[in-house]
Order: sequence, then structure tokens, then C-alpha cells
Amino acid sequence: MTSTLTISELTKRFGEVAALTGVSLSVAPGERVALLGHNGAGKSTLMKIILGLIPATSGAVTICDAAPGSPAARRAVAYLPENAAFHPALTGLEEIRHYLALRGESPALAMGLLEKVGLAQAARRRIGTYSKGMRQRVGLAQALIGHPRLLVLDEPTSGLDPVSRREFYALLDALAAQGASILLSSHALTEVEARTDRIVILSKGRMVAEGSLPELRRRADLPVALHVTARNGYAPDIAKALPGAILVDGALHLTCPQAEKLQTLGRIAGLGDKVADLEVLPPSLEDLYAHFSQGAAQ
Amino acid sequence: MIRILSTARTEFRIALRNRWVAIALVLMGVFSLVLALAGSAPTGGLGVDRLSVTVASLTSLSVYLIPLLALLMSFDAIAGETERGTLPLLLAYPIARWEILLGKLLAHLAILTLAVLLGHGLAAAVTFWSDPTAVKGLPALWRLSWSSILLGATFLGAGYALSSLSRRPSGAAGLAIGLWLGLVVLYDLALLSAIVADNGGWFTTDVFPITLLANPADAFRLFNLTASGATAAAAGVGGAADAIPLWQSLASVLVWPFAALALAAAAFRKVTP
Repeated sequence: MTSTLTISELTKRFGEVAALTGVSLSVAPGERVALLGHNGAGKSTLMKIILGLIPATSGAVTICDAAPGSPAARRAVAYLPENAAFHPALTGLEEIRHYLALRGESPALAMGLLEKVGLAQAARRRIGTYSKGMRQRVGLAQALIGHPRLLVLDEPTSGLDPVSRREFYALLDALAAQGASILLSSHALTEVEARTDRIVILSKGRMVAEGSLPELRRRADLPVALHVTARNGYAPDIAKALPGAILVDGALHLTCPQAEKLQTLGRIAGLGDKVADLEVLPPSLEDLYAHFSQGAAQ
Repeated sequence: MIRILSTARTEFRIALRNRWVAIALVLMGVFSLVLALAGSAPTGGLGVDRLSVTVASLTSLSVYLIPLLALLMSFDAIAGETERGTLPLLLAYPIARWEILLGKLLAHLAILTLAVLLGHGLAAAVTFWSDPTAVKGLPALWRLSWSSILLGATFLGAGYALSSLSRRPSGAAGLAIGLWLGLVVLYDLALLSAIVADNGGWFTTDVFPITLLANPADAFRLFNLTASGATAAAAGVGGAADAIPLWQSLASVLVWPFAALALAAAAFRKVTP
């Protein structure tokens, strides 16, 4: 099946400043891709080009075989802007009814959408009285309208509490299962870690890494952290057996390169009864992110 | 079409809640009533019915009030969306920019139409009550009503254009008030002083009529005064109405709304969210 979104050699300059340089990316139907990067890395610019809000300087973007901003592309794409804003004088229900009409859907579906995002209680209140999290939910509700082939979500979970975040990702999973492609940017790396198929790291407008989390881990080759808890009184013995380990709150912390992981584990297993517990901590997305974005900066 | 109507409905609702509908209706109603009650006093000597004279007064009122109302309603249309941050999302929807403009125009024009109908209706009622022969003035009143709405469309378009050009609502408001002062107040003053200085020369005979037709507010006044033959009751620049054929001022009244809206569409197309 062809990809929903294809970007090749995309470059965007604002005068002398290069916002994006040679970015290539494709998103398949049903795939969830996370876009990571510092503020100003080019995430929002990339999204605006995909939406056809601003033109690219060079390179090509196609969405379901259509050009960005064309009527066909706009029908296929749903967007959630960073800090979703709406007119304060309208109620949530009125706003969603209007957005439904703009997509050619029946306004009667509005209440169902608001229920989906947990806003049914406040549907008839003016958006001016909403909290940031509630406005974000209105934004989510409008992004769910119709059957978008591609969802472009800019910081979708900012302002949401942890429970709402989980509900939100459950909604996304359901959409992806129906074949919708999802491109989202986020600062909350831990939630992206578990909820996306692929990760793209942008730094200063360049794509510095792309792949699934295991792939990125392998490529970065960051050391693995091991936490060994000793049985009462055996900590010094274990520390002797594992050079480089340091004692933190009764547990021994040590790190080893990926290649030596199994060997080190074997040595710990050899200590037998002296070891009460063992935790293996692979490099987190935070570590990977720092590794790749620093690599680009040098 | 559904998209335009939904936009219009939403804009109308916003205007209702922002009190723009109430403000427009009250302003037009009160001023029209005052003019109908007070302005029809000196009729006796002129030999025309009271309504025709009231129409001449209402024309002068509309020249000031309709552009002001239209600009006040429209200056926020694009700049407000930009500042609130609602524009990027709206433009990501499958709605063309001209459809957005047309939706907003429909809503704002509906409000202006309500205000004009209320004001003119009240004026007509008061006049009929004191002078049963005033029926003769009805065609003039009808002409004033539809040309007022066209004048409103012109200034709504101009307001959208200014709103697109300036990034902030405060800037757009400044430009709108500037445009109103310029076209409605200062323009006539400048023309009058030029005529006085020219003393019946080339400017007065050749340039002056064109400058009147080029200004939508002046063309509107000219059209209504010429058509109703009420130049006798008019003062100031309107007194020049006799010199310019009716079809010319009519053409200006009809063409300006489209020109202003085309300008607005061109300015809005340049806006990058």
C-alpha cells in the first residue's frame, strides 16, 4: 500500500534562516510517528508545510497523492494546533457543530464527539470559561471529525492530566487501527515511547535520527544501566566482584556497553544467593534524544 | 454552500453575544427616530412630502453611521482570528478563503440590514403618523435602504482588507477609524477647500465630479439625493448632485461593494498563518 504522507528533500528557509533542511519522511497508513525536537527544531514548521499553511522553499510533499493545501489534501488531513484556541463567545457544542459542517458532516454528531473526549458536561458552556485542558479536548474532538487519513497533532497532550493522556492515546490507537496515519510532536518523551511505532528526531531543521525505539537504541549504542540489590551484608562482596559499581541507597549501580550486557549479567548470576534483585535499564528515550540531538550539534 | 452558511451562522452568533447586533440596532433606531421627529419640521416651504425630506436627512445619517458600523464589525474579522490563534486550524479545514470571507460578510450584512430596516421602518412609521401623504416618499426610502446595505458591504469589504493587512486587531481598529475619518469626514472637507481655492476653474468642472464618484460614501449620498430630487434639502458637497448624471453615481454604488470585496479577498490571500 502506498504511504499516506510522503516528504522528500524538504527545505524551508525564512530569509537567511534555514528552518528545515533536506527532510525526507514517509508515513504509512495506520502508522504512528512521533516528531521530537527542541523548541525551534522545525517541528511546527514541518507540520504547517504538510497542512499547506506555508509553502516549502524546495522539495516535495504529497498527502494521499494530493498537494498540501489542496481541497483533497485538506479533506484527508485533521489538525490539532499547539495550544488549540477557539472563539471564547461560542460554546463547545456550537464550535464542534460548525467544524462538522465545514467537513460536510452532520452537526448532530457533535455531542457524540464531545462525549468521546469527556466534555459532554461542559458542552453548552462558553469556551471562554474552559480551562486549558478543556480547550485541548475541544481541539481533539474536532480532529476526530470524519475519517481523516492523516492526523497532524502538535503537542496534543499538553495541558492534559495523566488519565486523559491515556484516554487520548487509546483514541489514537483506535484511529490507527482503522488505517489512519498519525504524526504527532511531543515533549513528553515517556508517553511517546510506549505509544508510537516510529520516532523522528529533528535538530536545527535536520532529521538526525529516524526509526523504531529498538532500532534507535541499537544505533546509539548507549551503555545499559544495571541495578543490583544485595542480600543483607553482601554488598561489599558484590562490589568487589563488579568493578566500577557504586553503592546508592543499598543498591549497586553499574553501567556497561550494549555488547557486554550478557557477559555482565552472567557474572552477576554467578554471584548466586548474594544477589536479592536485579534490574536492567535500557537507555531511555530521553538518553537517546539527548545523544542524537547533541550529535547533530557538534 | 453549507460551509458558507455555517460560517455565517457562527459569525452572527458571535456578533449577537458581543452585543454588535444590539449596538447596531439601537444606534440606527435611535438616530433615525430623532431625525424623523425633528428633521421633518421645516417641510412646509419646500412643497415636498415629509418622508422625502426625512430621507434626505437619513441619507446624511447613513453616510456617517453605516460605514462606521461596518468597519467596527469587520476590523476584527481576520486580525482577531490571527491573534486568537484560530486561523491556522480554520485554514487547515476544507474551506476556501473566499468562502470564509463570504460567510463573515453574510452575517455582518444581515446585521446591517436588520439595523437599516429597523431605523428606516421607525422613521417611516413616525412620518406616516404625522403626514398621510408621505407615501410619495416611499420609493426614495426603499432606494436609500438598499443603497445603504450596498454601502455597508463596501465598508465591510474594506474592513476585511484592513484586518488582513494588519496583524493585530488594535492595528486594524486604528486603520479602520483612519479610513472612516478619511473617506467620510476629511475627504469632503478637502474637496470643499479645493473648490474654494479653485474658484470655479478646471478642478471644479473636471476633477471634482470624478473625486465624488471615486469615494463610495460620496457616491452613495450623490445617488440618493439625485434620484429623489432632494438636492434642495441637502447642503455641502451633496449640493453638487445636479451636476453628475444619475447612472454614474448608481454605477459607483453598485461597483464599489465588489471592488472592496475583491480587495479583501486579495489581502486575505496574502495572510500566512
